[in-house]
Amino acid sequence: MLAFLVIVAFAIIRRRSLITTVMLSSFFSLLMAGTFVLLDAVDVAFAEAAVGAGITTVLLLSAVALTSSVEVQPLKSNWLALVLTISTAGVLFYGVSDLPAFGDAAAPAQRHVAPRYLEMAELETGIPNVVTSVLASYRGYDTFGELTVVLTAGIGVMLLMSPGVGRRRTDKKSDEDAT
Amino acid sequence: MMTSQHLILRVVSKILIPLILLFGLYVQFHGESGPGGGFQAGVIFAAAFILYALIFGAENTRRVAPEWLISTLMATGALLYFGTGAASILLGANFLEYGVLGADFVSGQLLGIFLVELGVGITVAAVMISIYLAFAERQS
Repeated sequence: MLAFLVIVAFAIIRRRSLITTVMLSSFFSLLMAGTFVLLDAVDVAFAEAAVGAGITTVLLLSAVALTSSVEVQPLKSNWLALVLTISTAGVLFYGVSDLPAFGDAAAPAQRHVAPRYLEMAELETGIPNVVTSVLASYRGYDTFGELTVVLTAGIGVMLLMSPGVGRRRTDKKSDEDAT
Repeated sequence: MMTSQHLILRVVSKILIPLILLFGLYVQFHGESGPGGGFQAGVIFAAAFILYALIFGAENTRRVAPEWLISTLMATGALLYFGTGAASILLGANFLEYGVLGADFVSGQLLGIFLVELGVGITVAAVMISIYLAFAERQS
């Protein structure tokens, strides 16, 4: 599964057609959802499949329909960017080597508040799905913040793209005429 | 967009859309015991509307989901979340401390989580529909 992810990621980089890239990234999300299921994170897999593979693909495709469908070839290759990317990746891999092993029972993430949630969540909230009780009750503030982010994104897109804004339309048209 | 052709797509999507809506409601109200919750349910619910808009066009979708309704729903969901938190303050607890909303602690938690998830679902569905329709109407 992970090898598939790497192959698809390289295919995304190599493609120049944006429609192919969008379809491949949708496939990437689907593979990620499968990986999450294998890791027993069903709620995350659900969100990834619905948002990543579904809605995002449709939104990106409609964005492509508004612009050109071919990626512009860069005029010269940027060596500084390559060096920067490789050194950042090196630092990240160095950091990963210090993380506790996958599934380590002694890891801080398993010993801080997680045991209490797992033991008490059903008694305290009466809800069998621990993910839901953590998301909506124990971490209610965080979820409220996330909801506000979604709302703000929606308002932003409405302001930018809404056809009700007449002046923008004409501005765009005169821009096109000028070029 | 393309309405007159694509007979198969139109027939199949007419069968699928009610099922997707039903599944969205199931994920919303069954999120406590199975995988899922407000966010996933909202996205699935919006996916049904987006499928309809892809097949039957954005104008027809606007007749089901007019702009004033969608933008009102966007705010309603967030206000429902905030209102649940504010209600628990008024009843003497901290913000979003649902225990005081019901007769006892656990039923209050159940009610609070239900309302909060409902708020998340409504806002997410409305935002997704409105973003897609904003893009689609720009094209035509």
